Amino acid sequence: MSAEQTSAEAVDRASAEQHAAAGTTDPTLVGTTATKAEHGGIRVPWRFIGSRVAFYAFTAWAAITINFFLPRLMKGDAVDAYMARSQGQLTPDAEKALRILFGLDKSIPLWQQYLTYWGNLLHGDLGVSISTGMAPVGQAIAAALPWTLGLVGVATVISFIIGTVLGAVIGWRRGGRLDSLVPITTFLGTVPYFWLGLIFIAVFATVLGWFPAGHAYEVGVEPGWNGEFISQVVSHAVLPVITIVLVSLGGWVLGMRNMMLTVLDEDYVTVAQAKGMPDNRVLWRYAARNAVLPQIQSFALALGFIVGGTIVMEMVFSYPGIGLLLLSATNAKDFALMQGIFLVLVLAVLIANILADIAYAILDPRTRQTEA
Amino acid sequence: MTAPTQNLIAQQAFTAPPAPRRKTFWSQLGASMAMFSNAKSATGLVILAIFTLVAILAPLIAPYDPTAQHLDQTLQPPSFQHLLGTTHIGEDVFSQMVYGTRGVLVVGFLATIMATVVAIVVGVTAGYLRGWKSESPSALCNVFLVIPGLPLVIIIASQSAAPPLWVIAAVLGLTGWAWGARVLRAQTMSLRNRDFIQAARANGEPLHRIILVEMLPNLMAIIASSFVGTMTAAVLGLTTLAFIGVIPVSNLNWGTILFWAQQNNAFPDYWWWYVPAGLCIALVGVALALINFGIDEYVNPRLRSAGERARAMRKKGLDLNAAVTSVRTQPASTRTDEAGAQPGENHAKEPVR
Repeated sequence: MSAEQTSAEAVDRASAEQHAAAGTTDPTLVGTTATKAEHGGIRVPWRFIGSRVAFYAFTAWAAITINFFLPRLMKGDAVDAYMARSQGQLTPDAEKALRILFGLDKSIPLWQQYLTYWGNLLHGDLGVSISTGMAPVGQAIAAALPWTLGLVGVATVISFIIGTVLGAVIGWRRGGRLDSLVPITTFLGTVPYFWLGLIFIAVFATVLGWFPAGHAYEVGVEPGWNGEFISQVVSHAVLPVITIVLVSLGGWVLGMRNMMLTVLDEDYVTVAQAKGMPDNRVLWRYAARNAVLPQIQSFALALGFIVGGTIVMEMVFSYPGIGLLLLSATNAKDFALMQGIFLVLVLAVLIANILADIAYAILDPRTRQTEA
Repeated sequence: MTAPTQNLIAQQAFTAPPAPRRKTFWSQLGASMAMFSNAKSATGLVILAIFTLVAILAPLIAPYDPTAQHLDQTLQPPSFQHLLGTTHIGEDVFSQMVYGTRGVLVVGFLATIMATVVAIVVGVTAGYLRGWKSESPSALCNVFLVIPGLPLVIIIASQSAAPPLWVIAAVLGLTGWAWGARVLRAQTMSLRNRDFIQAARANGEPLHRIILVEMLPNLMAIIASSFVGTMTAAVLGLTTLAFIGVIPVSNLNWGTILFWAQQNNAFPDYWWWYVPAGLCIALVGVALALINFGIDEYVNPRLRSAGERARAMRKKGLDLNAAVTSVRTQPASTRTDEAGAQPGENHAKEPVR
């Protein structure tokens, strides 16, 4: 629909400009988007941007607040856990010092703790991590984050593109032999991530020996921008990426196919075919372009779910990213590190959501117009 | 492509409407169960029912105590004595699988019921009300959608040493209600302005009757599909948590079996230890996906009819995507049989993940 709409608007706008130049206004165009745009100059979707910014600010605030209250709602806290692990070797004074260090001092009122927490956060101070030898949490996360962004980001984007293209083609050739792909990808989507990863390690790494079984690169290789290191990273990432793509493909294929079946029955597709347009153009520029819009929306919404599943893959493949860090933090009851990881994951998902919003606005001109 | 639809509309016009019957909550509920009457949904429900039976009758089916150790029979491959072999300390894998079904389904159903109740309350309220009362639950729901659920569950579950089952279920439910609430809100908002709801309101029907008798049956398909989607996520979430060892290993489920298999280097040699558990998780997932397919096709008949129509046309030598309309010389009487589409509500439904 968008294609026709924009072209129709272009005509409207052109005629409105003609009238403006002649000093008269076409009464049929008063109050339409065409005249509004003419008066306002370039259309900036302020309402749309504003509502999205408000949403992101609210979500970030909510996540940070959840993060603040999580350790305070539990019975024991990080210091108790640390004291229990040190088995009486620490004096009560040391416990008090630790409490102040972690911002868990019970004599300070809650609202003041909350303000201090925000203050620290704005300085980029996420606290210290017990399990990595009292190193700042920020450092531990900064070392792990690039690996996760690379692995999960690449795998998710590959899966989205393959799934959407495949779904579009299956929807186009409905009733054909390709239809049998849908049950296969759905079955793969229901298999647990970690289990498929373990099977792949067993088959392709242990038995066949085609790929390394885990880690991001071999021990002894110096990280840097040289050929050896990069080829190591690529060969170590192949198996995890294939696993993530296979497991997450099903949702995209099914979603795109279902939307295509709905869109292909629309009149503008029939009109485009009746005009004698080449099949390729009808498929990609008319049908797929419109069918992909809900896909992008569900991509943004499903990201939190995908990130959760894929960080488990890191645990299976011993990949040195956020997921593995979260697992070791969980085992060590390192609450500061866990909180920091959660915060970083939420922010990463929010940023990916902003990117999805931008992609949506580029693909769908309707969102760029005044109504959000 | 439009000819079959026209025929169908003509057919529909001649069938007399059924005699009006007084609508009660139960009669409406019965009618809304029609979405389960297709082959896909039925297959899924049967698989799920079999697993439920296994979970209920676990002590009768399992030949051994799942934690009984037979130290003289460790790491046995499948045999008649041990149908799925034994573990590193001689536990019977088949018995563990049978009892594990219980752990998975109890937590799965519990989490899903909690999440669905929250989703219905929040979604329908937010959809029916207007203004800030509608916007604030909706904002809350969006926040929960964006927050990565599994890391949050891992963090909460790891805070207490041995979380009881209902806590795990509650946490899984807490992170799983948002999608259903969002879809329900959208559908309630569109229902709110339909004629039959307006008529009910004009008739002075009380609010609880409008929601229970007029609205709820029309929301059943969405509630069911969100139930199924939430359950898929809950089962995967539970087994993942058990596999990475966050929930106590004494709580036997399929994830725990995989946890022990990985801890004791079962991969790749002792396939009978880790393959059945993974396949069972996938099988439950497939059953739930089949139910969802059935509901999808009930809600949006194009999904089913598109393939059938295309096949029917191909059989007659027509290309579905041909740019030029073919002229056919067959008598018109044979045309009616290619009408596969049922007219119905054609609102596009987003897949539940």
